[in-house]
Amino acid sequence: MNGAAPARIAPNLIAEHGLTDEEYRRIRAALGRDPNLTELGIFSVMWSEHCSYKSSKRWLKHLPTEAPWVIQGPGENAGVVDIGDGLAAVFKIESHNHPSFIEPYQGAATGVGGILRDVFTMGARPIASLNALRFGSPDHPKTRHLVGGVVAGIGGYGNCIGIPTVGGEVNFHPAYNGNILVNAMTVGIARTDRIFYARASGVGNPVIYVGAKTGRDGIHGATMASAEFSTDSEEKRPTVQVGDPFTEKLLLEACLELMATDAIVAIQDMGAAGLTSSSVEMAGKGGMGIELELDRVPMRESGMSAYELMLSESQERMLMVLKPEARLRAQAIFEKWELDFAEIGRLTDAGRLILRMNGEMVADIPLGPLVNEAPLYDRPRAAPPAPRPLGVTTLPALTDPKSALLQLLGSPDLCSRRWIWEQYDHMVGANTVQRPGGDAAVVRVHGTNKALAMTTDCTPRYCLADPKIGGAQAVAEAWRNLTAVGAQPLAVTNNLNFGSPERPEIMGQLAGCIEGMAEACRALDFPVVSGNVSLYNETEGRAILPTPVIGGVGLLDDQARNVTFALKGSGNLLLLIGETRGHLGQSLYLRELHGREDGPPPPVDLQNERRNGEFVRAQITAGRVAACHDVSDGGLLVAIAEMALAGGIGAELEGLDAPPAALAGLLFGEDQGRYILEVAGPAAEPLIAEAAQRRIMLSRLGRVGGAALTLPGGRLISLDEARLAHERGLPALMGAASADG
Amino acid sequence: MKAAVIVFPGSNCDRDVAVALEQASGRKPVMVWHRDSDFEPVDLIVLPGGFAYGDYLRAGAMAAHSPVMREVKRRADRGTPTLGICNGFQVLTEAGLLPGALMRNASLQFVCKDVHCRVETGQSLFTSRFANGETLRWPVAHHDGNYFADADTLDRLEGEGRIAFRYAEPDGSLTQSANPNGSARNIAGIFNETKSILGLMPHPERLADPALGGTDGARFFAGLVEALR
Repeated sequence: MNGAAPARIAPNLIAEHGLTDEEYRRIRAALGRDPNLTELGIFSVMWSEHCSYKSSKRWLKHLPTEAPWVIQGPGENAGVVDIGDGLAAVFKIESHNHPSFIEPYQGAATGVGGILRDVFTMGARPIASLNALRFGSPDHPKTRHLVGGVVAGIGGYGNCIGIPTVGGEVNFHPAYNGNILVNAMTVGIARTDRIFYARASGVGNPVIYVGAKTGRDGIHGATMASAEFSTDSEEKRPTVQVGDPFTEKLLLEACLELMATDAIVAIQDMGAAGLTSSSVEMAGKGGMGIELELDRVPMRESGMSAYELMLSESQERMLMVLKPEARLRAQAIFEKWELDFAEIGRLTDAGRLILRMNGEMVADIPLGPLVNEAPLYDRPRAAPPAPRPLGVTTLPALTDPKSALLQLLGSPDLCSRRWIWEQYDHMVGANTVQRPGGDAAVVRVHGTNKALAMTTDCTPRYCLADPKIGGAQAVAEAWRNLTAVGAQPLAVTNNLNFGSPERPEIMGQLAGCIEGMAEACRALDFPVVSGNVSLYNETEGRAILPTPVIGGVGLLDDQARNVTFALKGSGNLLLLIGETRGHLGQSLYLRELHGREDGPPPPVDLQNERRNGEFVRAQITAGRVAACHDVSDGGLLVAIAEMALAGGIGAELEGLDAPPAALAGLLFGEDQGRYILEVAGPAAEPLIAEAAQRRIMLSRLGRVGGAALTLPGGRLISLDEARLAHERGLPALMGAASADG
Repeated sequence: MKAAVIVFPGSNCDRDVAVALEQASGRKPVMVWHRDSDFEPVDLIVLPGGFAYGDYLRAGAMAAHSPVMREVKRRADRGTPTLGICNGFQVLTEAGLLPGALMRNASLQFVCKDVHCRVETGQSLFTSRFANGETLRWPVAHHDGNYFADADTLDRLEGEGRIAFRYAEPDGSLTQSANPNGSARNIAGIFNETKSILGLMPHPERLADPALGGTDGARFFAGLVEALR
């Protein structure tokens, strides 16, 4: 060891590393002695919530992860799903919440960089990215700055590396004032016979470091992401990493060039916890040992200690185990791309992580305890209180549907996201078949006639009111969005964002949401293949809304069979699939027009979801559908308005009349399992007949045409008015942001 | 027609333009790596979009001094038709092959959307298939597309018919709201003195396929291939 016996670790140092006294006792037991500082740092990141899932693992086991088309489920860098013809879709979502709150541009940018690496580490060329964002109240003083910085950071990274950012979602709620959420998802394409894993093998095989040099940035990012914020969080800025998308572009091309040959045994990117997690996980998964010579690590600055080298989260780095004979070939490729290439160690069969620096041993840790014996907690949980029924009788009757619609269309959660996605290059790659703004983005698989549909979804207010229903609803909505563009849903990646697991009510939310998600994934044959858990999203005891984001991916065998949600032809019929009961609990109507966030969320009937969705997809595939849109936030009238605005053509609506007390529920209720279809005359008859035969609930909504939405009773909402309300929402909110940069 | 696409580290539209060129000409272009100081004779040189060398320092500034650019300049000076799209346009101005500069967008934000461009002259090998005053729809995607030159240069470009495209409304009228980046006189693309070099900010290669929602880009490449045949 470095010097004589290590100095006794002071109690405050243990706490500063986010370890409890009990966890420290386990470390001593694993080593049979006190750890030195480097070893303590390594244990602290490997046993952090971020890397070990110690509070969530017990619950994650409930999620279904298998299906005949799943090639790789959770536990690798990303999930892998077979899409036929020897190709696979590789995808994952990951959070960068804490860094993005502290430094929004770099936090969000490196979030994108990290998820891109997770995907190309598996041998896939990334084809698209999405992001699920949650910000505080629009009038909170920090919100503009955070939105502006996060959006610029996502664009700055994705645009430069040249992977289109094609979709996602944004919500605003005061519960995120002190903890924003930035969840980034990437989808890639690989050949099924060239998928690369992190499982190391082969005693003596060289361990190679490639990419950017290591600096002092981001030390302890994983531990930071596993602690709640206090008011001095902004002092944590030095732990935020800085992204370099140009270097990542070189790393992407160099890795894919090397992966086309037969050189790599195992590969893992250096993300959270950097060199520590990549070396430990590769060796651990393969049941090997690993020895590293830390002085060989390419360094950005001199005088870095073993502790700093192991914990740095400098970006754009990869660790690989190569076949020995491939070393020179690999080196030539990385030199072509002007990237560092250094042999820093080798695999052993000793089952230990051994680190040396300048000839001295600086750490010696048995890998078993580090990887498999991380503490697991079954934390106490409190069942969430059942939501009280909504007292509809206390709601004033809806008398002016037009102004209600305009108010909803311009509200922060429903207004047009154009201001955001015009800052993202969503077309680079020349394969974006459906651009942002619709139910799901559709991206063609290069060189084939297939396309992938992708979406992210979650309705946090439902999850707060009833975690189980909210969890199921997030899955069902993702499945519905993929269905609505004509895709067959394949699998999901999930990003579970919650508050502190040390509070029973938060554990109750986590367990409830997972239970609902598991049920929905099972009912819809929509397994979870990858994911990420982000806990401790709270500040001074105030937690975010439970936000289990679902990233869904679906397949179109023939990309030409996709449909958009834009209305297309004057005279076409508008049909509604699914039942409208007028559920107003937790609706945006209730919140935006009456300032109320109460009642239960709409029930999710998974069998009904599946039947309706399969019917809709079959009609789209049969070429009978001109446009399709799922009905979600804001309800029926908002969905129709969105279709009209996208197509630049109005509709004459029928049947949307009810007594004053029931009108709000009819127009703006958020009942699940519904789709609006636009159908041209000749296709209507067989479609309606098939619905009747399959006992699908179908009703007529009217006809497409004109430059307005005409409500029963003759009330007119012109598209120009609706467009103005819809388009000015976000620019008005962000108006001051461009001025202060 | 045989084309070469120059690939800098950080180019990211090289594949997209190669696909569009192959679709128009039936021939795969030669991909030329930035360190190559020589490449086979070609009928067209294309500098693609992207972030060459990360666009660090200034967009296009470092690429303009890369080894391959000496050869590109030599051939362009001798009349080999040369096309720079987006980052390629920035490289051409930094290399002195086209006048003026592309500054940060007036909004200070990256902008990616479809725009309309009015064809200012059909009298060039790049635009011979278009009528004067015709409008085309294709996307822009850039952070630095705000074309700037001094008034004398702008007057000269106009006088010599060297403005290829201007940002316009769908009906061809030139308005401020049609201009996505604040470019002087709504300029979207310009020629050198002999009109053998074209630089433009929009990406014709991104709307060259009906599946992607438009084909004006395909018409652009088809016309260019025809003129070079």
